[in-house]
Amino acid sequence: MTEQKSLKILIADDNDSDRMLLSAIVKKEGHEVIEAINGAEAVSQYVKHSPSLILLDALMPIKDGFEAAQEIKQIAGNQFIPIIFLTSLQDAKSLARCLDSGGDDFLSKPYNRSILKAKINAFYRMRMMNQMIQEHAQQMVVEQKVAKKIFDNVAHLGCLDSDNIQYSLSPLSVFNGDIVLAERKPDGGMYIFIGDFTGHGLPAAIGAMPLAEIFYGMTKKGFSIHEILTEINTKLTRILPVQFFCCAAMVDLDFVEKTARIFVGGLPALYLWREKSKTFDKIDSSSVPLGVMSRENFKPDIQDIPMYDNDRIFLWSDGIIESRAKDGEMFGEERLENLFNQGKHQDELFNFILDNVDQFMLGGERDDDITLVSAQMVDIESLSDDVVVEKNKELGGPLEWSLHYELQSQSLRVFNPLPLVLQIVTEVDGLKNFSGQLYTLLAELYSNALEHGVLGLDSNLKTSGEGFAKYYSLRKERLDSLTTGFIRVILSHEPLNDGKGGRLRISFEDSGPGFNFQKMLKNEHKIDGYCGRGLPLIRTICEEFYYEGVGNKVNAVVVWPNIVENPKKMAGNYE
Amino acid sequence: MTVSAQTNQEGKELTINISGRFDFSSHQEFRKIYENAPSDIHEFIIDMNDATYLDSSALGMLLLLRDHAGGDNADIQIVHCNDDVKKILTISNFGQLFNIH
Repeated sequence: MTEQKSLKILIADDNDSDRMLLSAIVKKEGHEVIEAINGAEAVSQYVKHSPSLILLDALMPIKDGFEAAQEIKQIAGNQFIPIIFLTSLQDAKSLARCLDSGGDDFLSKPYNRSILKAKINAFYRMRMMNQMIQEHAQQMVVEQKVAKKIFDNVAHLGCLDSDNIQYSLSPLSVFNGDIVLAERKPDGGMYIFIGDFTGHGLPAAIGAMPLAEIFYGMTKKGFSIHEILTEINTKLTRILPVQFFCCAAMVDLDFVEKTARIFVGGLPALYLWREKSKTFDKIDSSSVPLGVMSRENFKPDIQDIPMYDNDRIFLWSDGIIESRAKDGEMFGEERLENLFNQGKHQDELFNFILDNVDQFMLGGERDDDITLVSAQMVDIESLSDDVVVEKNKELGGPLEWSLHYELQSQSLRVFNPLPLVLQIVTEVDGLKNFSGQLYTLLAELYSNALEHGVLGLDSNLKTSGEGFAKYYSLRKERLDSLTTGFIRVILSHEPLNDGKGGRLRISFEDSGPGFNFQKMLKNEHKIDGYCGRGLPLIRTICEEFYYEGVGNKVNAVVVWPNIVENPKKMAGNYE
Repeated sequence: MTVSAQTNQEGKELTINISGRFDFSSHQEFRKIYENAPSDIHEFIIDMNDATYLDSSALGMLLLLRDHAGGDNADIQIVHCNDDVKKILTISNFGQLFNIH
């Protein structure tokens, strides 16, 4: 029983007889007593002996009980040290002062033995409880640090430190439900993801882990934004309890074609800053948050938006809009919009926003953490080449094989074969080093076969902003209603005779009417069928490249290890 | 905030009235109402006429009700939303899950 435990109790009273009397009573209860004859001594005895309870006379020479109590409480910090004032004062004001100065209770003289005993026991229990809470709190901090470490290993920085990204995120934000991820794609583009889990603490952190794993894993393998979102949504719907979900936004930046594909589900509108006109477009949430819909019903709305160099996308959780000033007023959307209406240079905007929110919140309470990310459209050459691939010169993996893969209209509507095809190709160890280039090449050939061949879209449309939107809405419309057509992919690989490399043959044939490729090949700088990185890339990476038939079949031959190794150079060659 | 409810349409429909702030504090109360509802109720109406605000845990509660009422087959209407309430439901695109008027 805790009631019978022997405690160390400090008794401070300048009146010798009172002190001795109390001391005798307390000792008789089985406790150890330390004595002090004034307030100053009470403080020094406290420091020296660290008792579990203090009985403190209110009026003493040198330093009175009120002052001593304040000092002791200050020294104790988070440690709960119960102080019971001993007083013959009876008026309400004096008794209240005992409590105001840090006392936890008072005991009137003359002492009543059973009350004294009961109070000592009650405060001992309280102290134990407090100690337990302290220990739990410490334990939780330790656990959070470890969990954070594990989380950081899963959700590493990715490419958040790229020159075109600025972000602000509290170090333990994952326990507040906020998550920010960014990673380069095999084709040199970039994905940026921001999520805000409902609920705080561990549930949010636990949900964030598989999300980060899916994001990084699928990004590396070349999956599309649509596929990654679908996978994350399916996973979260399965693992999160019904009432929890993740409001999210994801951006797919293409630095070559200068486009952004944007998804917003449940987060406040993102802003797309147009540096040239110093204006901004708002991109409202147009999808249900992640983790709510079943796989069949999940229809992420992804918007295709053309960008120019130095345009910037600003993403945030609701932390900024809902941050509160001292008087409880919210920062709100209007204030946020105003910050963008002051003609700031795009470099300054990020800090300008943070400074203003901080200024606004001075003295106020932080409701939520401020999570803010900005991603800038830049020339791909200005980005460090952190699409790192392990160098692998070995002649391992399957070297002699061929693959014939034909996708019919239904498959074309719902399936992206690129990650699968890339996976097969990079089983050849010697080609692993070139997965970025190969992905770009395959993606280029596939999208040409699909968009220009099967869907019959005219790439000239994409030259104006208006046409750009039209192009993508037509693409969606035609793809959704596609009932005939095919794309035939034929891949084969063989080792070179010298035993030091290999030859990969790629052929894409589509059901479209073909096109006048002779004319296109003559006007190489007025590239017709190939937008953006098109032909120049193909010329750098391919040993041979030629059309067949009416132009609906294209062949590419890649020989390694003699592939150009710098993807930046390749991408920069066009135009 | 308070939650109250009454059945109508010969006991086939349950109207839940929300007033004040709809947030985590009303979790128990809200759940009790739909869990104790008679089993032949197949239509729920959430009346937000007196609701001033909802937070993300209120959205979570609506999802719980939806799950209770049959998930994708649930018939739940959310009516009389003020602008603030409507905005929160719109950002989350809950119109895809509930009939919002």
